[in-house]
Amino acid sequence: MESVQQTPDILVPDILVPDILVIGGGHAALAAAITARRLGASVLVAEAAPRPMRGGNTRHTRNLRAVHDAPRGTLTGAYLEDEYWDDLLRVTHGQTDEALARMTIRASADLVSFLSDCGVRFQPSLAGTLSLSRTNAFFLGGGKALLNALYREAERLGVSVCYETPARAMTMRQGTIAEVVLRTPGGELRVVPRAVVAAAGGFQANIAWMREYWGEAAENFVIRGTPYAQGDVLRLLLDGGCAPVGDPTQFHAVALDGRAPRFDGGIATRLDSVPFSIVVNRDGQRFYDEGEDLWPKRYAIWGRLIAQQPGQVAFSICDAPAARDFMPSVYPAVTAPTIAHLARALGLDPLALAATVADYNAAVRGGAFDPTVLDSCHTEGLAVAKTHWARRIETPPFVGYPLRPGITFTYLGVRVDATARVRLADGTPAPNLFAAGEIMAGNILGRGYLAGFGMTIGGVFGRLAGEGAARHAGN
Amino acid sequence: MQATETAAMADARRALEICNACRYCEGFCAVFPAIERRREFPAADLGFLANLCHGCNGCYHACQYAPPHEWALNVPAALARVRHESWSETIRPATLRGLLRRPLAATAGAVLVAGLAALASAHGMARAHTGPGAFYAVIPLATLIALGGASFLFALLALAASALAAWRGLGGTPRPVHLLRALHDAATLKNLGGGGGGCPYPGEQPSAARRHAHHALAGGFLLAFAATSVATIDEHLLGWHAPYPLFSLPVLLGVAGGVLMLAGAARLILLKRVADPAPLAAETLAADRVLLGLLAAIAASGLVLLALRGTVAMPPLLVLHLALVLGFFVTMPFGKFLHGPHRFAALVRDAMERDPARR
Ligand SMILES: Cc1cc2nc3c(=O)[nH]c(=O)nc-3n(C[C@H](O)[C@H](O)[C@H](O)COP(=O)(O)OP(=O)(O)OC[C@H]3O[C@@H](n4cnc5c(N)ncnc54)[C@H](O)[C@@H]3O)c2cc1C
Ligand code: HEM
Ligand code: SF4
Ligand code: SF4
Repeated sequence: MESVQQTPDILVPDILVPDILVIGGGHAALAAAITARRLGASVLVAEAAPRPMRGGNTRHTRNLRAVHDAPRGTLTGAYLEDEYWDDLLRVTHGQTDEALARMTIRASADLVSFLSDCGVRFQPSLAGTLSLSRTNAFFLGGGKALLNALYREAERLGVSVCYETPARAMTMRQGTIAEVVLRTPGGELRVVPRAVVAAAGGFQANIAWMREYWGEAAENFVIRGTPYAQGDVLRLLLDGGCAPVGDPTQFHAVALDGRAPRFDGGIATRLDSVPFSIVVNRDGQRFYDEGEDLWPKRYAIWGRLIAQQPGQVAFSICDAPAARDFMPSVYPAVTAPTIAHLARALGLDPLALAATVADYNAAVRGGAFDPTVLDSCHTEGLAVAKTHWARRIETPPFVGYPLRPGITFTYLGVRVDATARVRLADGTPAPNLFAAGEIMAGNILGRGYLAGFGMTIGGVFGRLAGEGAARHAGN
Repeated sequence: MQATETAAMADARRALEICNACRYCEGFCAVFPAIERRREFPAADLGFLANLCHGCNGCYHACQYAPPHEWALNVPAALARVRHESWSETIRPATLRGLLRRPLAATAGAVLVAGLAALASAHGMARAHTGPGAFYAVIPLATLIALGGASFLFALLALAASALAAWRGLGGTPRPVHLLRALHDAATLKNLGGGGGGCPYPGEQPSAARRHAHHALAGGFLLAFAATSVATIDEHLLGWHAPYPLFSLPVLLGVAGGVLMLAGAARLILLKRVADPAPLAAETLAADRVLLGLLAAIAASGLVLLALRGTVAMPPLLVLHLALVLGFFVTMPFGKFLHGPHRFAALVRDAMERDPARR
């Protein structure tokens, strides 16, 4: 490794032999790289993205979920293992691995101090997220600030980082990784590491792959995070004989403003208008109970609901007073003096939308509107009921937002054990291959999502993978 | 405060609307909580937020939407542009607004004119002068008072007019507690603290360098100003004539102030030379540089004057120092110095908005 401490694109020898090759450049990758380097290993990080866009989906994160038995730092109250586990069980409907999950939950206890030691700083829960102040630690400045600190720490420790350097090919012999080929801006680079940490995220940005399960519809998906989540490494590992985990057809998705950029729109394109409005499809018809449950519990189902509608679009319709009840989107609301005008502005059939709104208004019943509880404002007699927060849409200007499904991550991954070591298809452990982050999150999070758990999995398994890889390289 | 919509305002508004949907930078400074108190950003509010921003760059390096993202968000640069426009709006007399964008010409011109005026009345430029009243042997006291008094009075009036305009933008009458809070925030430059860990200037690494250097510069400036005030009292009330002995109050204050100013300004100049240009608005930097250069030159010339006051170098040094100080007074109301009153007004308004009693 000595020969290429800094810029391999200037100094490209034929073959690099670091102790550890970390593939990926997000939270999981850097947690692994820093941990391994601290244990004395030489570490090369290969990140597909260019420096300004480094760090994958981690760039867009804001918090992680940490267990704690008393107030700690910015975390309030206590959040004990059993409650954490119950929360996880509920969102995954049991599609998890209790032993791995409990290990992760316990290990989350000192994630905040690990990150603090790396220079990451925390802040009290953001305005409007008070409900998370007990369970989640928020990064000051968000995920990109966290990444800046982690990269600084890695570089300070002497980790070599190559940007614009995706892993392209891998030679596996009996489950052992013999060689990895990286594509650098200066040409191909062969790496023969003692151990590999795969932390290259999911495959949600690979539309061709998504099409295998979703057909044409995949073309209309918005990818909330990095365009570099192409899943190349995941595919190489699965083709090389690693055991898969998680449903390949499934992903986590939320409702976004339909005008969001195709990739990397992050948090700002999220729209929380659903419980305060009615949602219609391209044909002007409602298709699901907008008031089924409190929004934080339901916002993650709306991505899929919209993905199943024709054209993968929907429209959130409300009136002027209701529009003041949710956070503004980055894009201006479409407004119009009548429902028919609004329909035209949104490209909907005015008659169909007017009929839907009229039927809905006629069906609204109930008393005092209260967005903080399951109130009694509901509809009666509709094929698709709105069971809470139903208010007549009657005060102009009328307000509409286009919605699209925004894919957060995919569930397919490689199977790992409690030391982050990858399992081969025959059930045996891979000798020198470790995985961390989204590429293995499906082991624990087979379905649903728990705010902040993605980063927790990345950090816990990143550290385990770094430790395991360093120990393997040391032997 | 501002009536006409400019490109800089449109750009800043776009940025703040994105921030309001994102909010990740909430912990860096007072600007983000102020953004979150709003849903819309009318022109006057943009000016307020721009002056509340301390240009620490924290929210640039942390921004998930910074270039090369297609949104190309650059909050510090967008706010710096609006900030300059907001100062320009309040400059009185209005015909001099253009000078903000030509700081070097404005300052060099003012220093030159002041220098010529001082030279015209100077005597015995080529020999040493010693003893009480030595300075007045070179430039008569009456001339000193006339030049200094006139330029300072002008600066005071023009700055007051500007500050008054900024004050009107407050949208209410502050209570003493708001002024105290603002004074605290200005004295500590809390908003240059990056939420506690320093701010990424000159590079991406958080650091307290700029904040500390500014403390030295502004603190030194106040000490130097105090030295001048004490000297004026000595001169006119007590009848003691400069040059004063080394261990007199004006000289001690002046030396401490001069050294601090010079150290602070030099540090800021050095930092500026290596600063990452990405989060900065290039067109606003000349005003920074010129004020920094001028303050450094004032401090340096004052210190050298003190060191060499017994020699033949004294008369030309005195003329130079005087010219620089007068040039500073005259250009205060059209240059970077305006950031003082405007930022203070923004801090007052922020204290008012944060006050739960007013909501
Ligand atoms: C908008 C958004 C907000 C989110 N907010 C949160 C949150 O607040 N809290 C939370 O816990 N989770 C959040 N998540 C989920 C979270 O982003 C992930 O769980 C976490 O970042 C995963 O980290 P990772 O390192 O595994 O993946 P990533 O951060 O995505 O990193 C993967 C890395 O691999 C690189 N890569 C890809 N292919 C290759 C290749 N072939 N060769 C080399 N490198 C490659 C990528 O460039 C990238 O750097 C959010 C996700 C999104 C999209
Ligand atoms: C109300 C009190 C003051 C406040 C709140 C304040 C605040 C700031 C801030 C936040 C900056 C950095 C951002 C920028 O360049 O605009 C700055 C820069 C500067 N300030 Fe002040 N300031 C105050 C008073 C002063 C005083 C008294 C002086 C000295 C005369 C001074 C001289 C400067 C100079 C020269 C710069 C430019 C530094 C650089 O570009 O690196 N300031 N000030
Ligand atoms: S600067 Fe960027 S990351 Fe920070 S609040 Fe604004 S949009 Fe969000
Ligand atoms: S540059 Fe610094 S002070 Fe200005 S808004 Fe951003 S974080 Fe706040």
